[in-house]
Amino acid sequence: MSPVTRGFRHLRRAPAGQEDRVPPGQYLTDGFPVLSAGPTPHTPLEEWTFSITQGGQTRKSWTWQELRALPAETVTVDIHCVTRWSKLDTVWQGVSVDTLLDQVEHDAPYVMAFCDGGYTTNLPIGDITGGQAWVAFDYGGAPLEPEHGGPARLLVPHLYFWKSAKWVRGLDLRDHNDPGFWETYGNHIYGDPWREQRYEGD
Amino acid sequence: MAGTALRGRLTWQTAAVTAVTRETASVVTIGLNPPDWPGHQAGQHLEVRLTADDGYQAEREYSIASAPGELVEITVERLEGGEVSPYLTEDLRAGDELELRGPIAQYFVWEPGDGGPLMLVAGGSGVVPLRSILRHRLRTGSDAQARLLYSARTLPDVIYRDELDRGHDGVQVSYTLTRGQPPGWTGHTGRINQALLAEVAWPAETNPLAYICGPTSFVETAAAGLVGLGYPPERVKTERFGATGGH
Repeated sequence: MSPVTRGFRHLRRAPAGQEDRVPPGQYLTDGFPVLSAGPTPHTPLEEWTFSITQGGQTRKSWTWQELRALPAETVTVDIHCVTRWSKLDTVWQGVSVDTLLDQVEHDAPYVMAFCDGGYTTNLPIGDITGGQAWVAFDYGGAPLEPEHGGPARLLVPHLYFWKSAKWVRGLDLRDHNDPGFWETYGNHIYGDPWREQRYEGD
Repeated sequence: MAGTALRGRLTWQTAAVTAVTRETASVVTIGLNPPDWPGHQAGQHLEVRLTADDGYQAEREYSIASAPGELVEITVERLEGGEVSPYLTEDLRAGDELELRGPIAQYFVWEPGDGGPLMLVAGGSGVVPLRSILRHRLRTGSDAQARLLYSARTLPDVIYRDELDRGHDGVQVSYTLTRGQPPGWTGHTGRINQALLAEVAWPAETNPLAYICGPTSFVETAAAGLVGLGYPPERVKTERFGATGGH
């Protein structure tokens, strides 16, 4: 059991009715902090594509215009960063990953999301299908800002937010659960905020 | 490698607070003596956990300020409206106990084998992990040349000023003061921009390795500026802290 910290008082409480929406060890913020490991990339939209790849082959690719022509959904979700902030009721618009993967026949159990700037993150197929993940391009009713991952980022709100890869450019279908960027540098391989899977071994 | 963090399960441990040293009006450095510290790399973080008498707990991440092999230190800036940083900066005393676990985050790190020249760019308390890197460089006798460009509001807001001004071979420290300068100030003024980076930063031809840490907008400007000077993005490591009001 943790020792009581001398003189530390309990100041911050989740608003009434929202306590069960804040995972353990998280605090609520109204801001939208930015965490990135390198410079913000700026790929012109005319050069931008979103691809589903497998074994070094491109299985399917969409230009920006093609992606934006697909049916989009507006979702309101809570997001949770491993650095311990959570933000409730964030509003995003994007294309469901179901819509994209439905166009490629495959039986891969995992994907590696890949991004401008070289970032990657690994996800089980079961966590990005069934209405659980989007390629999001609008946040709060406006185009997603570059520092928050624009033009498009993955949105997988039920996992810690490093899984919601910024500047996403595609999904590589994988047979194995290979670790992505932060997973290689010590983050948990899966990242469930409700089980506090922050770091390797949690 | 000796002193390198071992991978494995992170467990909470109770460390004795060995010292609380005031750095500036809003910043303290906390010396910690965790009983079972696996060692850390320069630039890594640790997590601190506070427990109130009603069982409520608050956890936060802080950059480790000391070099591998030194006593573990964190440097904490008080953030208004925060829950943890006001306690750590105002209430904590030597002799208290603090729960922590770490080290964490293995990307924004430097080892002598990574070489240089090092271009370190700090905004405010973003200097903390860069101080760990500079100390590690000194302790290991690395011959990597280093430049630190440190943006602070005013001179009294500069953290580790005595240490940075002491002068070490192969290290150049430049300050830019954004909100006010003392009489006779001959250093840089104003927020960092492309012109200042072009003047202070290693030329891209020297193949520098850059570490930038500070608030989001600062890091955006610095990282874009160095890439604009020809630094390859993969040689520019960044770490940002947002104005979350929570730390």
